[in-house]
Amino acid sequence: MAARKICVVVVSGTRERLQMAAMAASVAAVSGIEVTIFLSMNAVPHFVKGATADAPSEGAFGDLLVKKKAPDFKTLFRQAVELGGAKILPCSMALDIAGIETDTLEPFVGEPTGLTAFLNAAADAQVWTF
Amino acid sequence: MNFDKDLDARGLNCPLPILRAKKALTEMQSGQVLRIVSTDVGSVKDFQAFCKQTGNELLSQAEASNEYTFFLKRK
Repeated sequence: MAARKICVVVVSGTRERLQMAAMAASVAAVSGIEVTIFLSMNAVPHFVKGATADAPSEGAFGDLLVKKKAPDFKTLFRQAVELGGAKILPCSMALDIAGIETDTLEPFVGEPTGLTAFLNAAADAQVWTF
Repeated sequence: MNFDKDLDARGLNCPLPILRAKKALTEMQSGQVLRIVSTDVGSVKDFQAFCKQTGNELLSQAEASNEYTFFLKRK
């Protein structure tokens, strides 16, 4: 039986991992699965308003994503929210450490969330980590 | 087969055909039919799974000249 609730933890700032996380989250969300995305560590700065989706590649495939004009991960995350009702929650600790103010984040990103609240949301969900 | 809305997803790779289909379906009424034409080889199983998951009905699917045509009835 397909999962009805998925939590996607994104800590990487590299293109391939952000892309895979965004693809999985967006498809799950538009397929009717409840999706919560928790952003932390190196992923967070990419979600500041105006930050480009020009994340560093881990390997050759990351460069191919650009060359072949794959939809960028920020667009896919936004569509996960707009079309599938996904929630994107930035880690409050990561925001604090990076000195990022909440109102500087992209409008499709939700309220800062602590680990305790996230773990509560993830208690009955599949958890995927990127 | 008659349809109410047409989605040309040719040239789009996963996951865009599914995302575009979802967007199109949200703009339609229950019972209306969406036609999708895709060139993504993964789209056959993707649309089968999408319909199973969402409750929209896959009325038919066909392949011709490396193009895949689907008719979905919005739930």
